[in-house]
Amino acid sequence: MAARRDRDRRPPAGAAGRITPAALERLTRRGFLCAGGALVVALGVGSRGRRAAAQGGAPASAAPAAWPTDRFLGKTVAPDEVDAFVAIHPDGTVTLFTGKVDIGTGGRAALRQMLAEDLDVAIDRITTMVEGDTALTPDQGPTAGSQGISRGGQELRRAAATARAALLALGARRLGRPVAELETADGTVRPRDGGPGVTYGDLIGDRRFGIKVDPKAPLRSPAAFRWIGRSVPRPDVPAKVTGRNLYVQDLRLPGMLHARVIRPPAAGATLVSVDEGSIAAIPAARVVRLGSFLGVVAEREWDAIRAAGQLRAQWTGGTGLPDFATLADSVRRGPVARDQELARTGDLAPLTAGAPGTRALAATYWWPVQTHGSIGPSCAVADVRPDRATIWTPSQSTHRFRPAFARILGLPPERVRVIFVDGAGSYGQNGYEDAACDAALLSRAVGRPVRVQWSRADEHGWDPKGPPQLLDLRAAIDERGEVLAWETEAWLPAATQGLPTNPLLAPIEAGIPQPLGRSSGQIQQNLEPPYGIANLRAVVHWVADTPFRPSPIRAPGKVGNTYALESFMDEICAAARVDPLEFRLRHLRNPRGLEVLRRAAARLGWQPRPSPRPADPGAATLTGRGLAYVHYKGTENHVAVGMEVAVERATGVIRVTRVVCAHDCGLMINPDAVQAQLEGNILQTLSRTLHEEVQFDRARVTSVDWASYPILRFPEVPPIDFELIQRLDEPPLGVGEAASAPVPAALGNAVFDATGVRLRQVPFRADRVKAALDAARR
Amino acid sequence: MPPITLTVNGTARTVALDDPATPLLYVLRNDLGLTGTHFGCGLAQCGACTVLVDGQATRSCVTPASAVAGRPITTIEGLGTPDRPDPVQAAFIAEQAAQCGYCTAGLVMTARAFLERTRRPTEAQVREALAGHLCRCGSHLRVIRAVLRAAAAMPGGA
Repeated sequence: MAARRDRDRRPPAGAAGRITPAALERLTRRGFLCAGGALVVALGVGSRGRRAAAQGGAPASAAPAAWPTDRFLGKTVAPDEVDAFVAIHPDGTVTLFTGKVDIGTGGRAALRQMLAEDLDVAIDRITTMVEGDTALTPDQGPTAGSQGISRGGQELRRAAATARAALLALGARRLGRPVAELETADGTVRPRDGGPGVTYGDLIGDRRFGIKVDPKAPLRSPAAFRWIGRSVPRPDVPAKVTGRNLYVQDLRLPGMLHARVIRPPAAGATLVSVDEGSIAAIPAARVVRLGSFLGVVAEREWDAIRAAGQLRAQWTGGTGLPDFATLADSVRRGPVARDQELARTGDLAPLTAGAPGTRALAATYWWPVQTHGSIGPSCAVADVRPDRATIWTPSQSTHRFRPAFARILGLPPERVRVIFVDGAGSYGQNGYEDAACDAALLSRAVGRPVRVQWSRADEHGWDPKGPPQLLDLRAAIDERGEVLAWETEAWLPAATQGLPTNPLLAPIEAGIPQPLGRSSGQIQQNLEPPYGIANLRAVVHWVADTPFRPSPIRAPGKVGNTYALESFMDEICAAARVDPLEFRLRHLRNPRGLEVLRRAAARLGWQPRPSPRPADPGAATLTGRGLAYVHYKGTENHVAVGMEVAVERATGVIRVTRVVCAHDCGLMINPDAVQAQLEGNILQTLSRTLHEEVQFDRARVTSVDWASYPILRFPEVPPIDFELIQRLDEPPLGVGEAASAPVPAALGNAVFDATGVRLRQVPFRADRVKAALDAARR
Repeated sequence: MPPITLTVNGTARTVALDDPATPLLYVLRNDLGLTGTHFGCGLAQCGACTVLVDGQATRSCVTPASAVAGRPITTIEGLGTPDRPDPVQAAFIAEQAAQCGYCTAGLVMTARAFLERTRRPTEAQVREALAGHLCRCGSHLRVIRAVLRAAAAMPGGA
């Protein structure tokens, strides 16, 4: 089969426009793109399949369920091959393959724009986009760290540019003209001086390029951009607003069973016994037990739900959780696995010397445990056979988790296919990978495809959590407010070195070995203030343990760190009676940072004065403004956020009345999609700052619904004004996270400006704010 | 129990249920293949499962299917299609008012019912009308704009 030759190692073609004769020979003898030719009709995707499944289920077939993109099976996924990223069909339509996934983030528009730009086709020719399918897409790393465009898109552009150069070379042979006399235009190679051309579909339709991505293939210059920089509408929106988009929750396979998993009543509890008679009234439901992994399966979903609710089981006591009220103390007590000094420059003596004319400031900030709060609880479908497995999941890390799933199932990785399907939005690693593993183990146990749907309590209770962050900040300032020395000390949960993936729940419960430990994202970033402070120390005390599995939630670590640093910077300004904007402008050196600060302040109508604002002591509502800045990760986006608030003195309720955001992410591929991401960053982080904290007792998480874990609601949402800076000549940076980071400090600084009360603990719940206001009055 | 007949998007559909308490949500999604209505919490807290029953926005996750037999039920699929969206859906598309889109169907259904009785809403009224719905991706501002846009586009609108 031609497709098998995809794995051949072939030397790369030369740089664009300079395809070597040997490479051209190979190109013209290229084989078909993939093994199959015919379109495989998907089962379970159309309504007919769903209905068939609902009417008792078709018998399980011997072959794994077909999937619409199975026609591409056999193609290469090697990330250095052009064919891994792009396929051109005889009719001129194009399929885009990417290891990155669009989780509502606009990648389906932006990546198409990037491919269209450098392949030189109209965007509507890109009719299919395959995301995160481990059998069909290159492994471009997880969709995390805001790298979907900055890495995923740039790799795609380079592959597209290589493909375009190869098409020019093919066109030159076909047309009998040198490449230098040819050009491309919307899927056609044609002579520059006019005359008939030849379409991409005619040149390569459904055949392999068989060439390596040329890392030097020239990208289209910004002056010639046709697609990049435009607010192209997202292609997924019409289906989403008409109920036609397929989510993993909607996937139905022939013979599929519905399942629910019963998690322990206390963290670390193990299963002693199960009373299967307790669900005798639901004869269609069946119990599956693997050690302490307990599930129920049924043909009908409601039967599985009822059975999970009624099943009686005996569990041991749990391993215990720390005291919720004193969690910060226990974080500080450690034990600390190791210290890491991120920065140590200059002379720190001013922090302790107490020289005349200097002032010492110190404050402690706390960021609580938070949950991802996906609106749809985690869900997955798995079809596990003795010799292979297919898992459908909205995981942001399908490639990374494939070896983990394979190990857990005892299968070789190449026998496991993980297919990304849309889910309710995730913002890091929520419960999707756990649900995928649940489904896989249950499918293997019952020998049929299984769909696992978590409950709301499962999701809030058992998704891996954003970990707590404790920060001590100290500074010494002189009479003019100049920072003589600064120290950041952070207590953060230690990640386990070399851990391939976060451990999953089901193997722990089932007693299946897996690498154990913690991974938490780059939570130590943005612990150093960006203001050119000469005498500086920043240290992380990596705490050995933490009560919940940590995982990244949007801008992991950077939100809490920037909250502490930018709030403390405001404390310094207040102590020195200096305007917070003026102080930052005086110390920041980076011109792009200065620009976002100036533009945000101008948009807000910033009036220079020190905080807090003089308040009428009798006023029922106190108003103020604040701002914060981040240079994301110290190397990426520049973001300044300004806010206006009104604080009700009697209740402590904070109303955010206005937000401005100035944002520089380099090249914006799709400005409207960028803005949508910034809106999401700002509103979600306002929610986290105002409302969110996972609560727990000594056994388990107790905030397991939206009443006990409230999030931002429509009436609270402030208007947001944007200053989006387009830099056509800069590389694109990610936009999924950065604008989150300055939000909490901008809010806290505005509350301080309004009230004179400094909020050093998130969430800024009304009862806490009121207590702080009352205390300040006394 | 005997089969029940539901009138969904104008069509009578008969389904057999083992349990009269089976929520409408599961009948729509699993028996009728109408998966545009989403499960979010099962607690009537988030609004993702909202459908119209007798024109009223109703949480299908806590509404027994047997309780709405014979009454007109409208789901997101009953409004419009990607090619021919209804005015509310068209406004959501114009405003790009969805990210993950999981909460969107519920928002559209509530907006639809709201605009039927409030043809010229203020922005504050729109926000209050949607107060019982949760969105996690942060599409709120676009959703509010979309509902106002739909109001302006609908007959009798501003």
